[in-house]
Amino acid sequence: MRAVITVIGKDTVGILAKVSTACAEANANVAEVTQSVLDEYFAMIMLVNIDKLTCSLEELKNSISDTVPAMTVHVMHEDIFNSMHRI
Amino acid sequence: MLNMKDIMETITMIQEEHLDIRTITMGISLLDCCDSDIDKSCEKVYSKIYRLAKDLVKTGETIEKKYGIPIVNKRISVTPIAMLTAASGGDPVKYAKTLDKAAKDVGVNFIGGYSALVHKGFSAGDRELIESIPRALAETDFVCSSVNVGSTKAGINMDAVKMMGEVVNRTAELTKDRQCIGAAKLVVFCNAPEDNPFMAGAFHGVGEPDCVINVGVSGPGVVRAALAKMPKDASLAEIADKIKKTAFKITRMGQLVGSEASQMLGVPFGIIDLSLAPTPAVGDSVAHILEEIGLEQCGTHGTTAALAMLNDAVKKGGVMASSNVGGLSGAFIPVSEDAGMIDAAVAGTLTIEKLEAMTAVCSVGLDMIVLPGDTPSTTISAIIADEAAIGMVNSKTTAVRVIPAIGYKEGEMLDFGGLLGSGPIMKINDKSSDIMINRGGRIPAPMQSLKN
Repeated sequence: MRAVITVIGKDTVGILAKVSTACAEANANVAEVTQSVLDEYFAMIMLVNIDKLTCSLEELKNSISDTVPAMTVHVMHEDIFNSMHRI
Repeated sequence: MLNMKDIMETITMIQEEHLDIRTITMGISLLDCCDSDIDKSCEKVYSKIYRLAKDLVKTGETIEKKYGIPIVNKRISVTPIAMLTAASGGDPVKYAKTLDKAAKDVGVNFIGGYSALVHKGFSAGDRELIESIPRALAETDFVCSSVNVGSTKAGINMDAVKMMGEVVNRTAELTKDRQCIGAAKLVVFCNAPEDNPFMAGAFHGVGEPDCVINVGVSGPGVVRAALAKMPKDASLAEIADKIKKTAFKITRMGQLVGSEASQMLGVPFGIIDLSLAPTPAVGDSVAHILEEIGLEQCGTHGTTAALAMLNDAVKKGGVMASSNVGGLSGAFIPVSEDAGMIDAAVAGTLTIEKLEAMTAVCSVGLDMIVLPGDTPSTTISAIIADEAAIGMVNSKTTAVRVIPAIGYKEGEMLDFGGLLGSGPIMKINDKSSDIMINRGGRIPAPMQSLKN
């Protein structure tokens, strides 16, 4: 099972590091990262494996939000994207 | 493999375009709760609802967190209570209070099924239940009521139509200190669907399984946003295509949530209702979709055609996205629950006559319309009869949910708050329909061939 983490907001130093640390603490294995910066606007999508997650998805989202409080963070199970965009 | 564009599209839909699951509704059969003693019957009703639905709200919240999609309402629909009243006798309001208590204890925000099906005639319990509706709705908070007065196969029971005009007025009267809210929880149907998850008209039909999960999706904001990105000279075929594709995505999400909920609760998955259900929030309006298609304001000439196309395209897109589609499935046009409709009604562009024409091509009918407080009951009955006739002849569901604004003057607004919104008092025809309504009897079922 995988979850999609998206982090959007103004670019600052260390966003990826902080989010990855929060994932590591929850035992979420990062499978893929896509990141882009456009006009100081930072957007990152991270695909993580949540089979061995030590907390709930909601707790993972809260701990990521706490480390990067200025950013908009979503943590969603990948099935919602698969069902919406794949036949 | 997921790509960035798809992920961002889903997040934008939820974050900015108000995409949500409008309701997860658990349908519960109460047929096995019948008892000749009404108190015992109420006891069984309470314990069955509590046993089956106690985890409904918690399950909904778990799914919300897992997928990051809001599930706005968790609700329950039950077997039409008139059937239980038939067996037990006694004051049907006892059932209403039992349902209300059960709804509060399991944490849902509405429970539907204080209903009677009288499209061909009254059987035991039906009249008692209909007469008790004003009290039941005034003395409870979460109970919703519906009465089916007509069908394509049976015709229209005009005795019931006459009764319902009086019941609507009485219900508003008893709740006049609360914005006449009682009447907003009462729907009069023709061709009522048995698996509708949307309130106030939801009930659990007798042909349904013991317990079932039905899901109502939403998403007028998403459709409007998708159309806003189309060039102004795009043809209507292209517009219809875009609506289909958007409806497909919305419905897929409903399918995912519905099957997940049914699995978690151990209850079979019934249907997805594809209706585009608006809310009073800005950007979540069906009227604004019609305006995006190219009307200056909803209600002007061309509205019926635009709505017909929208309604059909939503169904075509949604049907492929779900294993089972049912309920009302189309576009809702509740005046007080739709920011664009409210504006159009206040401006006088949207009239009750135009709304009636619109109901011939979309799901449901005259919904959440505020009438002058001095409207005679026979006029309300005549409005119900007109709407039922549209449903009967066109083999579709139509309904009337009107709120007589008792104690308010023309030009004032009723404000229900929350999802029910607010609405201006609409102008209606002041000529009498007394004699026709007082005739009673039944309008015979229409021809189903020689269609013209």
